[in-house]
Amino acid sequence: MTAMQIFFLIVGLVILGSALMVVTTRNLIHAALWLIVTLFGVAVLFAILDASFLAVVQVVVYIGAIAILFIFAVMLTHKEMRDRGPQLNNSWWLNAIISLLTFGGLFWMLQSWNGFSKTAADFPSSFDAVGQLGKALISPDAFVLPFEVASVLLLAALVGAVYIAFNRK
Amino acid sequence: MNFWSDPVNFIAHWLTRLFIGWGMVGWLASLIIQLIGVVVLISIMMVLDIFLVWVERKVVARFQDRLGPNRVGPFGLIQPFADIIKLLIKEDITPDGADKVVYNLAPILSLMSVLLLWAIVPLAPVIFGVDLNVGALYIVAAGSIGTLSIIMAAWSSNNKYALIGAFRQVAVLVSFEIPMIATMLIPTILAGSMGMNEIVQGQQTVWYVVLAPLAALIFMIAAIAELGRSPFDLNEAESEIVAGFHIEYTGMKFGLFYAGELLHAFTFGGFWAILFLGGYRFFGLENLGPLVAAVILLAKAMFGYWVIMWIRYTVMRIRIDHMLAFNWKFLTPAAFVLLMLTALMNTLLRGTPSGIYIPGMFLTNVLLGWIIVEILRGYSRSERQKTENVAPAAATAHH
Repeated sequence: MTAMQIFFLIVGLVILGSALMVVTTRNLIHAALWLIVTLFGVAVLFAILDASFLAVVQVVVYIGAIAILFIFAVMLTHKEMRDRGPQLNNSWWLNAIISLLTFGGLFWMLQSWNGFSKTAADFPSSFDAVGQLGKALISPDAFVLPFEVASVLLLAALVGAVYIAFNRK
Repeated sequence: MNFWSDPVNFIAHWLTRLFIGWGMVGWLASLIIQLIGVVVLISIMMVLDIFLVWVERKVVARFQDRLGPNRVGPFGLIQPFADIIKLLIKEDITPDGADKVVYNLAPILSLMSVLLLWAIVPLAPVIFGVDLNVGALYIVAAGSIGTLSIIMAAWSSNNKYALIGAFRQVAVLVSFEIPMIATMLIPTILAGSMGMNEIVQGQQTVWYVVLAPLAALIFMIAAIAELGRSPFDLNEAESEIVAGFHIEYTGMKFGLFYAGELLHAFTFGGFWAILFLGGYRFFGLENLGPLVAAVILLAKAMFGYWVIMWIRYTVMRIRIDHMLAFNWKFLTPAAFVLLMLTALMNTLLRGTPSGIYIPGMFLTNVLLGWIIVEILRGYSRSERQKTENVAPAAATAHH
């Protein structure tokens, strides 16, 4: 086992453990903080894969914006930030089976793919990953249409939010 | 390779040879050397931080026509050490009902978010932690950890003043982040890279403050707001919320917040220098050696820090609604228009000789600045007329 594999396993365990804490802890703010640990672990995974742009964007968007929004929403809406009541409902065994089957199916699918056990080749030192990503996002034969559609969707959401909040005199 | 042309790599190679001579495995030796590098960089920054306490107090004393610390040691230089001893031996109080783990984690994260920034600072062409190709975004990512630490500190303190202070501070941080990112993209466009090293190398012929003076100004304003310093220091208000989010912290835990704040100001001075003032360049003086270049960068960072202090101690604070309106209705649109205009002009003028390129970019900024001032003048004129036409409340009450 190489040092990188050990590191990957540790990061994976941290992600799984903290994700489990998100759903089991009873304090809502603690759940949000554990979620931040999970999201940070995913950013570390991106960094291991040499996807520095995605790693940094993961931290900026998910920790810097979404997690902070979560904490604000929880603080402003709940007086008592503690969740009482049972943590499992009657259909827990059904959900457990479905998630195990999904995991097993994905595992089987990936195992039958011939790239599963190969080690990835290193990028050549002159490879500009961020530049390539930027070009892919704006070139017509790559992702310009999904990128622009997503931008228009966000703009529409923004206009909608302003319209709802607008105080007509 | 000799010491004066590449000191860090010279020492690293020497240590590698030494460790491998002791029978260490190659990867372990390089790991230990990387860790030593991190510890040395952080130690230098923390020692500088102690010195910054003295600088801040002396400069504020000058602005307020006082002497500042002058009793302990020559020019009061030993004063920060006395302060540190005081902070260390103070009673460490954790309030009742505080969330202990989060409460103790918050000051560490706060200082960490600042120290993380120094990983990408190019002190010299050959002295830097890591040359990250997404440097500009990395600054924002490290800042978001700082934002998180403020919420954590406030919530875990179990104190309403702390929570209100954090709400104010985070509202400011989240909103002023946007013009800051927009203006950080302007050096990115001019240099063609988000990496700090390439941005400094792109300023070989001319500093970006000449090509984008408005961007440098907006970045500085947004940076001061991010730091929570006057005129944007609403996180601290003695008569309303006392000390804001760190109200419950005592001793060295408060010290970590304070050290983080001072180092943050110095660091933003440094990034201002890197993005707009040519980084370690100073009219060819940086060619004398990497150590000279590092001193130049630290001197420029100190200049940026001085500008931040100059504004802090001479400008009055702004009300929070004015502050957010100023950001959303003025700074953010201005930054985005400037970003689009800079991208357009840079594409149009890229091939031209520098005799046209540099004045062209400069005049674009001047023109935009003039238009912004005209719009503001028109707006304030209409607002003034509105208030002049309304009769005073007392006069109308009589009729």
